[in-house]
Amino acid sequence: MIRAHLWSSFRLVRRSPLAGVGALIVGLVMVAALAAPLLVTSDPIDQDLTVVLRPPFWMEDGSVRHPLGTDHLGRDVYSRLVYGARISLTISVLAALLGAAAGVAAGLVAGYLGGWVDTVIMRIVDLNLAFPLILLALAVVALLGASLRNLVIVMAITTWMIYARVVRGLTLALREQELVQAIRALGAHDTRIIARHVLPNVLPAVMVIWTLEVARVILMESALSFLGLGVPPPTPTWGRMLAEGRDYLVVAGWISIFPGIAIMVTVLGINFLGDGLRDLLDPRLRQQT
Amino acid sequence: MRAYIATRLATAVLVILGVSLVSFLLTFLTGDPAEIMLPPGATENQITAFRAAWGFDDPLPVQYWRFLRRAVHGDFGVSLRHGQSSLPLIAARLPATLQLTVTAMLLAIVLAVPLGVLAAANRGSTIDLLAMGVALLGQSVPNFWLAIMMILLFAVSWGVLPTSGRGGLAHVVMPAAAIAINLMALLTRLVRTTMIEVLTEDYVRTGRGKGLRELAVVTRHALPNALIPLVTVVGLQFGYILGGAIVIETVFTWPGVGLFTMQAILNRDYPVVQASVFILATAVVLINLTVDLLYVWLDPRIRVG
Repeated sequence: MIRAHLWSSFRLVRRSPLAGVGALIVGLVMVAALAAPLLVTSDPIDQDLTVVLRPPFWMEDGSVRHPLGTDHLGRDVYSRLVYGARISLTISVLAALLGAAAGVAAGLVAGYLGGWVDTVIMRIVDLNLAFPLILLALAVVALLGASLRNLVIVMAITTWMIYARVVRGLTLALREQELVQAIRALGAHDTRIIARHVLPNVLPAVMVIWTLEVARVILMESALSFLGLGVPPPTPTWGRMLAEGRDYLVVAGWISIFPGIAIMVTVLGINFLGDGLRDLLDPRLRQQT
Repeated sequence: MRAYIATRLATAVLVILGVSLVSFLLTFLTGDPAEIMLPPGATENQITAFRAAWGFDDPLPVQYWRFLRRAVHGDFGVSLRHGQSSLPLIAARLPATLQLTVTAMLLAIVLAVPLGVLAAANRGSTIDLLAMGVALLGQSVPNFWLAIMMILLFAVSWGVLPTSGRGGLAHVVMPAAAIAINLMALLTRLVRTTMIEVLTEDYVRTGRGKGLRELAVVTRHALPNALIPLVTVVGLQFGYILGGAIVIETVFTWPGVGLFTMQAILNRDYPVVQASVFILATAVVLINLTVDLLYVWLDPRIRVG
């Protein structure tokens, strides 16, 4: 089992070096998020008004004590970045999982049962797709309050439709396969057929979409946070760091520059990985994602 | 064909009805709309009076029916902050947003098509690698961060573009570019992929066989067919573009619907939020409907299927 995993990871990296780079980046961000307390140089929330707006270490007046400088409250930018990875990853991974669970279930039911159930589910998908997602997210978060839980739920609402559409399409095709038809004729229960014969066949596609959706959710979460509707302070988030740095752009550009790079590199890494996975698992998806 | 158009129209109407329901229900998310619309210090009496005045004591279906009836007449209630009807407030800001979003879409297309075509025609070359690099970066960059970096570079350091507001052409450049970047990246990849496929088709081989120059083969024969999926994707991405406008208008204080809605959300001015959510989502539905109908007209192959 483990050997099989290693082998497939190896194949992925050999077939697509970019996927290897992606895996490396994602791995580093995950380590940062998990081991944050061990990696930081100072407490990410601690303010120290004696060292406000200090530049990164390679600039004049910079020191290795604050490798990426400090912000307007003297907080260490590097340590805040490391802790910020936690929020970005937690929200995006959980939201993408929740969205995937809901979307896959909806897609399986719609595709397998067809008829009015299919119509109703697909109209809800259409409806959900009609809203500029960030607008919906902003309005709902503003109303419900920006807690971690609410953000995860709201982000999941912006992602389930994509799984529903793809899974429905695949399920429709699988249902017509002779094997599935034969098992059905033998009297197997629908839930059993779905669990044993349909679900395993849609999982590779789901995994690819999941990866790419994690990247999209990171971008959206950081936008929400940037606009002031992310996880509330003092928890450091990349989006809010960026927003806070705006007032000091000219004198202390690093406050805004580094969180932006962190977001971009993380999203890039996940996209590399997603593209590689897609080419390996299901090249047909190229059209849809 | 007629049946297809009829079904498509019926679906659009249904989805718009759904949009109205969601916009209506937004204020009920926390349970009591009076609570979220009134300032935190409101007394019990004020809340009761407010509820009665706004009809929040009626059963939900009755309230929804009233909301719908008014919405049809363009009445989404009075902005709590501006004391005016919310629809005209939004309508007044619509041209600014349209200017921005249309410019962004055109910019994305104008950059993506040549880049994608060049990449496809020179597959595996340096140009291809470069184009794909740009596309991958463009897909991963947070547009609001790019906006800030552009401000830092073009407005603050070099002083060649204005930092914010709406005015001449110079004001549109940075916000439009910031909104366009993600779409541009997506379209570049799309054009490249479809062009690579189209370039292997028989009629393209025939064109080459006839002795046509490669440029003519690519632009006259292959490109038109590669552009069909582009139309759909641009249409589908319209909602995304509008979402981008909300963020980017806020960064550049561009006086459009996005900035206005963002302020309404932060001020809990829910009649405006409702109207804006309804109008923007309806716009997305109508654009997608137009694109679907356009698609049938563009590609006769679909009419049969």
